[in-house]
Amino acid sequence: MAARKLNLKQKYGHFTRGLDWEPSYQSKDDIFPFAKYEGIKVHDWDAWEDPFKLTMDAYWKFQAEKERKLYAVIDSMAQNNGQLGITDARYLNAVKLFIQGVTPLEYQAHRHFAHLARHLPGAGLRVAAQMQSIDELRHCQTQIHTISHYNKFFDGIHDFTHMHDRLWYLSVPKSFFDDATTAGPFEFLTAISFAFEYVLTNLLFVPFMSGAAYNGDMATVTFGFSAQSDESRHMTLGLEAVRFLLEQDEANVPIVQGWIDKWFWRGYRLLTLVAMMMDYMLPKKVMSWAEAWETYYEQAGGALFADLARYGIREPKYADVAKAEKGHITHQAWTIFYNYTHAAAVHTWDVDDQHLAWLREKYPDTFAQHYEQRYLNWRDQADQGKRFYNNGLPQLCQVCQVPMAFTEVDDPTTISFRVSEFGGDKYHTCSDGCKDIFDHEPEKYSQAWLPVHQIFQGNCGGATVPEVLDWYHINQGADNMDYAGSPEEAQWEKWMEGRRPAAPMAVAAE
Amino acid sequence: MPTASLNPGYSGPVRDRVENFGGAQLVYVHWEGHNNFCSAITLPLPPETPFGALTAEILPSLYSVDPDWAEVDLSTARWMLDGEDWQPEAAKGIGEQGVGHKSLIRFWTQPFGRA
Repeated sequence: MAARKLNLKQKYGHFTRGLDWEPSYQSKDDIFPFAKYEGIKVHDWDAWEDPFKLTMDAYWKFQAEKERKLYAVIDSMAQNNGQLGITDARYLNAVKLFIQGVTPLEYQAHRHFAHLARHLPGAGLRVAAQMQSIDELRHCQTQIHTISHYNKFFDGIHDFTHMHDRLWYLSVPKSFFDDATTAGPFEFLTAISFAFEYVLTNLLFVPFMSGAAYNGDMATVTFGFSAQSDESRHMTLGLEAVRFLLEQDEANVPIVQGWIDKWFWRGYRLLTLVAMMMDYMLPKKVMSWAEAWETYYEQAGGALFADLARYGIREPKYADVAKAEKGHITHQAWTIFYNYTHAAAVHTWDVDDQHLAWLREKYPDTFAQHYEQRYLNWRDQADQGKRFYNNGLPQLCQVCQVPMAFTEVDDPTTISFRVSEFGGDKYHTCSDGCKDIFDHEPEKYSQAWLPVHQIFQGNCGGATVPEVLDWYHINQGADNMDYAGSPEEAQWEKWMEGRRPAAPMAVAAE
Repeated sequence: MPTASLNPGYSGPVRDRVENFGGAQLVYVHWEGHNNFCSAITLPLPPETPFGALTAEILPSLYSVDPDWAEVDLSTARWMLDGEDWQPEAAKGIGEQGVGHKSLIRFWTQPFGRA
């Protein structure tokens, strides 16, 4: 019989249903051991419909085309000294945070979506997870290739996977993803595909990619464009997956709601690092964190949760706290990094007058009242040759692992301390959101690998800061410490001699 | 509520048991009104550490990088231990005055602070 050409929908049908079969000599429960223990009930896996209905041949073709474009830009960047086109070397600290903190998460996502591609009982959802797994591997790889160009010229990028597993601020993204991959398949989907990719991803990608565009980083912009169509597929998958679970059984609703509450808060706390980057590390600003939060969470998220209300889903718990904190968290996070720049593979610096004016304008209710004087004091101290560094090690939140710098919602002068008791020990958390997460699964979070506690247990290379920094693979005196006086600053100034008439920060004020 | 798990009775190693700190216990201290120190500071201290050593040596080594510290008189400071008002005695060990593993000590001084 002559082969008949199938249309896309038929191909997708064969691909996702035709290749599946009913097992005869093993039970489904044995084949899919992770499918039931979370309490999620699925009655009809065939009800899953991938909104994109992508088949492997179409997928391959799209992705290959994007690769060709991306690598053409990377080549041209390398041949034309693209690193000299950025607004200022300080911008590169955003890229350092990205490669150290985000790229390893892409790899983690690749691994765990591959796990879901094996372990979800529905063939349609398995195929979607398989494609996302390949996407995530591609993102990891293209990010490494893109940013490796900067590694030739700037510090702190040289050993990002090693640093990701060890550095105190990188334990924030690392523990976030470890938490998700050690959960069941449906919690992972809700955590990563829905709460992060759907609800919060714009707050990760828009600042980084627009920030790159505004600051002359064509390599990162091109990566961003290349990943964008994948991201929109991932977002749609996340929303469809959650809708599917909610439609399958009413008993799933409270379970999913609990995960949405948890992963909204975890994702939001993780984004503190991005938020700080937006307000402090981009010489030419895109928008403030508060503005981004209003646009991408309060407006877009508001509409989403209004739509999900028909399933009995409400807005995430503590979304009101995130809203109330939006004028504070970036200044508190910058304070953390300024305190501990000697132990970080990014630079910080004193905030200049133009930047202070921008912060006053963007944060009229909080900045001048609570943070400006702090920065002026630090500038005074630095001018006297006594740049402020914190000599102690911070108290970390047991759940989000961010140093406990966040303040009470109704009192921005007082640190928010929360504590729980479990098995005769105390566990400290930074907020009601993190305390709820701890109290729900204390057996899990009591195992947290907190970098500060590990140092004091003698597990991090030694008892002194230089020994610990060696163990981190921080190239001391280059990767760490203030930007002022760094080898990176000296190199940048040398490159810029004769290229520009004025100080680079003047550009930011336009 | 127990963690949902494939095998009932899920648990794992608690990483920060006091036995793991070589005779010390973790103590967190925070100088209220001075959030230029971004968070409370973690210290590994044996329980027999006299409170006086904390005030005379340890706290100055941490906080004297702030110019305000020069004006601080710790003898008039207000202290709080794990959420309760606390009147520690300098000569006694912190352990016998109620400081346990992962206790939080907060203190308020004059001047209250500018950052």
